[in-house]
Amino acid sequence: MQGTKREGKIRVDWRRNRTYYFLLLPVLLYYVVFLYIPMGGLAMAFEHFSPAKGVFGSAFVGFANFVTFFKSYYFWRLIRNTLILSALGLMFGVLSPVGLALLLNEVKGRLFKKTIQTATYIPYFISLVVVASLIKIFVAPEGPVGNLFSSLFGLDNSLLTYANGFRPIMVVSDMWQMTGYIAVIYLAALSGIDHEQYEAARIDGAGHWKQLLHITIPGIAPTIIVLFILRTGQLLNVGYEKIILLYSPGIYETADVISTFVYRKGLLEFNYSYAAAVGLFNAVAGLAMVLLSNWLAKRYTDTRLF
Amino acid sequence: MDTPFRKESLPRKTFIVFNALLLSVLGVIALIPFVHVLMASISDPFKLAANTGLILWPKGFSLVGYQKVFESVEIWRGYLNTILYTAGSVALGSVLTIFGAYVLSRRNLYWGNKAMFFITFTMIFNGGLIPTYILISRLGWIDTPLAVIIPNCMSAFNLIIMRTYFQTIPESLEESANLDGANKLQILFRIMIPLAKSSIAVVALFYVIAQWNSYFQAMIYLRSANLFTLQLVIQQILLKNQATTASASGSSAYVSVVAELIKYCVIMVSIIPMLVAYPFIQRYFVSGIMVGAVKG
Repeated sequence: MQGTKREGKIRVDWRRNRTYYFLLLPVLLYYVVFLYIPMGGLAMAFEHFSPAKGVFGSAFVGFANFVTFFKSYYFWRLIRNTLILSALGLMFGVLSPVGLALLLNEVKGRLFKKTIQTATYIPYFISLVVVASLIKIFVAPEGPVGNLFSSLFGLDNSLLTYANGFRPIMVVSDMWQMTGYIAVIYLAALSGIDHEQYEAARIDGAGHWKQLLHITIPGIAPTIIVLFILRTGQLLNVGYEKIILLYSPGIYETADVISTFVYRKGLLEFNYSYAAAVGLFNAVAGLAMVLLSNWLAKRYTDTRLF
Repeated sequence: MDTPFRKESLPRKTFIVFNALLLSVLGVIALIPFVHVLMASISDPFKLAANTGLILWPKGFSLVGYQKVFESVEIWRGYLNTILYTAGSVALGSVLTIFGAYVLSRRNLYWGNKAMFFITFTMIFNGGLIPTYILISRLGWIDTPLAVIIPNCMSAFNLIIMRTYFQTIPESLEESANLDGANKLQILFRIMIPLAKSSIAVVALFYVIAQWNSYFQAMIYLRSANLFTLQLVIQQILLKNQATTASASGSSAYVSVVAELIKYCVIMVSIIPMLVAYPFIQRYFVSGIMVGAVKG
């Protein structure tokens, strides 16, 4: 009975919405081919994969690739670097745009506000290759930043050759590129706050500071949380495309992260199975972090992503 | 409602002034790398080589760097390839995104929610670099433009943005068109797409920027130099220059200082289209982000 009712529903739906499903077909096909087939291809992480034999023909080795990775000399270094870079990115990447948006929100002059917004937004449009070249130019010993460090601390090489310099360079350049862009999202959220709340607060005698704490911040908190959760999804990838352009073996100690390791092992050393296993480990950990932060957000605030 | 500045309290006045100063400094910091590169790119190569620190005004004047860049076949070919790949990828991605977003914005679709989950799930979990690379090589797309054009042509995030927009179009519009005898495709092409023009423009622009700026796909999939994108060419030139600078001895000092100058010119040449287009497209971007921010 239940089954036939459901089948009837499906049949009616098909008759009525056929056209829609035909339109959806190429989209689903795209996702099947380019996202779900590679997901199935992750099976190679449990194999001794050879491209000639394919995923179905290669020898199954269970968790051997994972065990090799967990026991590897690089394991803890990669975990540490990935977590530190992503924690720094999360902290500065979420807080500095909020700060910029709050400061811009206090500006009354529209032209001034627009000018600053435009200026801080521009770096977002610059490609990673150019950003990486700008970084190299700036931290070279004769470059503006490198020159400062060379005269102050006697560091005579490019700052990119010092392991200690890598994290600050990543954080500062990410802030330069992304702050203005993300601030726009917060400004949109700020403009959505009901003005009557401020009126009421003013009548109650609340100063600017009180208004900020009790109206503005709670007003944009849901946006902050949603962006935070979204960001945790990207967390373990920590901008590896940029790292690949900037790092060098001399600073792997702080610069090498899981994703760059996957790239080197897989595409430069052709160790496909091992690289896929490390990549799968990274993806599962990333998924866990999204679910965890979503759960925490649901539990302690009313906001959640799904 | 706004209090005039002179009537504000003293702490408030101090805050307003400091805020304006701080924001101005941040604005300058955002722009200063561009000024530095622009000024360096029109400097005299020998004076540039001797310079240390920030360049806010050209050191001497020379256009030899730009001359070399414009003479370079690689740069022009890179430009052309990037334009072709971007056009193809954006056209395909936009059409797929419109179809997907429109269908998934319809209520009462039995498979609607399941299909939406199928698509958004890939945002938080996917096969990653290696299996995707194996897939592309299995398809025989290594060293072909297809590898750069098709695999990343659409994003679930943009589909959500556009779906959110389609959902805001009142249902009554569709119902009345339906009563007038229009079928589903006519409603989509004659009513919905024209109504969603601005949101389609936003999504298309997101795709243009992403494709124009990307280098990673091109780097891992393309081998032949005549297929390289602009970003890849720039990366190659910057690397090649480092090599020539290192190998150039005293005899070819000129070659090495010009090579250094060319770096700045290459950067300028690659970002100028973006900087010129930016004021015109910024408005769309802000509105697009706002639509996206509503739904996350």
